[in-house]
Amino acid sequence: MSSELADQAEETAKSEDGPPSPATGGDGRPGARGFTEALLDAVTSGNTVTVTVLAFLCAIFLGGLIIAFTNTTVLHAWGNLFSAPGKAFATAWDTAAGAYVAMFEGAIVNPHAVSAAFHGGPVSTVFNPLSETAVNATPIILTGLAVAVAFRAGLFNIGAASQFIGGAMIAGWIGFAVHLPFILHAAVAVAGGLVGGAVVGGAVGFLKARTGAHEVIVTIMSNYVMEYLLLYLLGLTAFRRPGNPNPISPPIATNAVLPHLFGSTLRVNVGFLIALAAAAAVWWVLNRTTIGFELRTVGSNPRAARSAGMSPERTWIVVMLLAGALAGLAGAAVVQGTNFNVAPQIYGTYTVDSITVALLGRASPTGTVLASLLFGALRAGGVTMQASTQVPVDIVTVIEALIVLFVAAPPLMRAVFRLREPRAGGGEQLEARGWGG
Amino acid sequence: MAIGKKRKGGDVKLTSRKLFAFAGALALSSAALVGVGSAGAFAGASGKGPAARHSPKAAKFVGCMVTDTGGIDDRSFNASSWQGMTEAKAADPNITVKYLQSKSTSTYVPNINAFIAQKCGIIVTVGFLMGTATEAAAKAHPTQKFAIVDYTYKPPFKNIDALVFNTVQDGFLGGYLAAGMTKTGKVATYGGMKLPTVTIYMDGFWDGVRYYNNVHHTKVKVLGWTERTQTGEFTGTFTNQTKGETVTKTFISEGADIIFPVAGNVGLGSAKAVQNADNAGGHVNMFWVDTDGCISAAQYCKYFITSVTKGIQSAVKNAVLSAAHGTYKGGNYIGTLANGGVLLAPFHLWTKRVPASLKAQLKRVELGIIHGKIPTPTKSPV
Repeated sequence: MSSELADQAEETAKSEDGPPSPATGGDGRPGARGFTEALLDAVTSGNTVTVTVLAFLCAIFLGGLIIAFTNTTVLHAWGNLFSAPGKAFATAWDTAAGAYVAMFEGAIVNPHAVSAAFHGGPVSTVFNPLSETAVNATPIILTGLAVAVAFRAGLFNIGAASQFIGGAMIAGWIGFAVHLPFILHAAVAVAGGLVGGAVVGGAVGFLKARTGAHEVIVTIMSNYVMEYLLLYLLGLTAFRRPGNPNPISPPIATNAVLPHLFGSTLRVNVGFLIALAAAAAVWWVLNRTTIGFELRTVGSNPRAARSAGMSPERTWIVVMLLAGALAGLAGAAVVQGTNFNVAPQIYGTYTVDSITVALLGRASPTGTVLASLLFGALRAGGVTMQASTQVPVDIVTVIEALIVLFVAAPPLMRAVFRLREPRAGGGEQLEARGWGG
Repeated sequence: MAIGKKRKGGDVKLTSRKLFAFAGALALSSAALVGVGSAGAFAGASGKGPAARHSPKAAKFVGCMVTDTGGIDDRSFNASSWQGMTEAKAADPNITVKYLQSKSTSTYVPNINAFIAQKCGIIVTVGFLMGTATEAAAKAHPTQKFAIVDYTYKPPFKNIDALVFNTVQDGFLGGYLAAGMTKTGKVATYGGMKLPTVTIYMDGFWDGVRYYNNVHHTKVKVLGWTERTQTGEFTGTFTNQTKGETVTKTFISEGADIIFPVAGNVGLGSAKAVQNADNAGGHVNMFWVDTDGCISAAQYCKYFITSVTKGIQSAVKNAVLSAAHGTYKGGNYIGTLANGGVLLAPFHLWTKRVPASLKAQLKRVELGIIHGKIPTPTKSPV
């Protein structure tokens, strides 16, 4: 039976037709098309690649304007616009361009490091930006997949942080409290992270399947539950550093650290490979297995799936276990790959990040990975941008938000760039549209 | 089923297509960035562009600070630390200062690394969460000077100036003052989160009230915290002011007339609640925490009897100046009443309303604490 609250959420979220049908056997979906399905449709087929690219370029352009016109030097120059118009435009351009150059140098490649390498400097610094991009992308890929895979089954997973925490807690605990030989220790801790996340995610699936509790509400609330559980655990002596009153776990054993891929100077580590492997696995499950087929069918239409003999309830549990495991892996990757301890707020902003990249990647594994790499690059570049030009790193968040805003509003992009309206329908049209709309 | 199959077919074809298209998208955007890049470099060549940032003046000393996620305008320890940095700059024109804001706990390391690459004279990190990252960086770069706020190391590092503050001492003075000023016989405190840096203030406040009660045979009650059981009121946030307002309203309705929030920005919610109570004819006032409230939240100055501060500002300033002038030693520094590292802020608008006798008593208590005659126990020692 669906709870009243869940029904209300459905009601507010639902875009169209049909009075809420009485919940049947735990299938708490009123009407034929719920909010999640509508969103899923919009996300998977509403955007062309062109729109995504244009959205990115628009975001960069607007971000540039913001960088330029929040700079006091630029504002001063524009105060003298009529006496020295050339200077006004030049300063604005230089400020924005300077910030983006620094961002590019921090995310992709820094020409100064390259020329230094040719003159006998360290080669590793040439690859440091790419390494940082990969490090930043790793947890975003994994949490993004956790949202994307749930999307495919018609579930809106807003609980990436809770599942992340579940994984981080277990992986961290195994990391600092257990003693095992090298490789094995790291592997066991990663597996622990996977299980920890799966438990938290699976609980959501179970609640939905058994009681009809709406996953949006349960996942949001599970974030709070896990955040406070984390804070509580870090207050216990067992989870704290000896002789230190602060709520921060002991450092994990060196055996539990995920090995670096290219030497100790580059932070990119096995976690990145785990993320890519997870993406490949998700793609395989979705497209090549019976489970994946059921999952997508349930996502498209739970009623049809049921009359075809599938069990939406079972699928919900399976997909939330899978989503939780993916986000749990992200927790393990952060604890074992970059942070080396468990601390409050280790879950960062992954809830929002994960939803964002899943939407941007149109809920496909490939798309999610690419979107995450883009976000990883923006984050890595943001550090350098802030360090060398003192442009606030918040501009990165602004750019991310603008990208999503534009991607979420295809009609706006079409209007701005006078693109043709895509015909209604699914994937085939996407092929026909292709480049240039 | 048919729909599912159709979708499946579409998806499989799409995936490879999407891959190429996305690769194309990335290539395009990279090209766009490179375009911007070369243009920027060109502008730089003409002498006024961003290339200028690659030519720092060698004589200058650069003080660098990595903030916690709060950023330099959190009205709390990040703001105080940044204030200290700018004061160091004001004290010595050869010093320039800059900061990096951490977006999450995962950006501590890259931020510190970015500053190491820029060859900063000193790197100041803010908050105990950065303890591990700072330690690792200090070990890897033994010649780089660091300072960290709110964290200490055992054993201490030669290249980390670890700055902590024994705020139980001025919290004690605050509690004594509150007990002396209350008309209703009830005072209240609450925390942002149950962290040692928060509860140490609350322990001191509770002790101070108890001490006043013992000396004057009064029965002033503390709402929101009990030192013995370490339980009390927490908002669970340092940013959501509404929660501070709600908690404070409850305290006021329970009869408290002096509120002591230990919750950073959340304290502004308390100030609002106090203001509302005042407008409604009540007589409720409060203390500010960490910084001098009459400066950091000046609009509410008339409600701040005093502020229970910690001298992050001057400690950071001294760390930067010592690094710039070659007197840097590293190791652990504990701010106390004795060395001026913690203190009650001036009374400002309350100078005339705090009785002279109470001021004299406060002075005596302060000396008692400094000379160790009055114990200031806490379960969250620095």
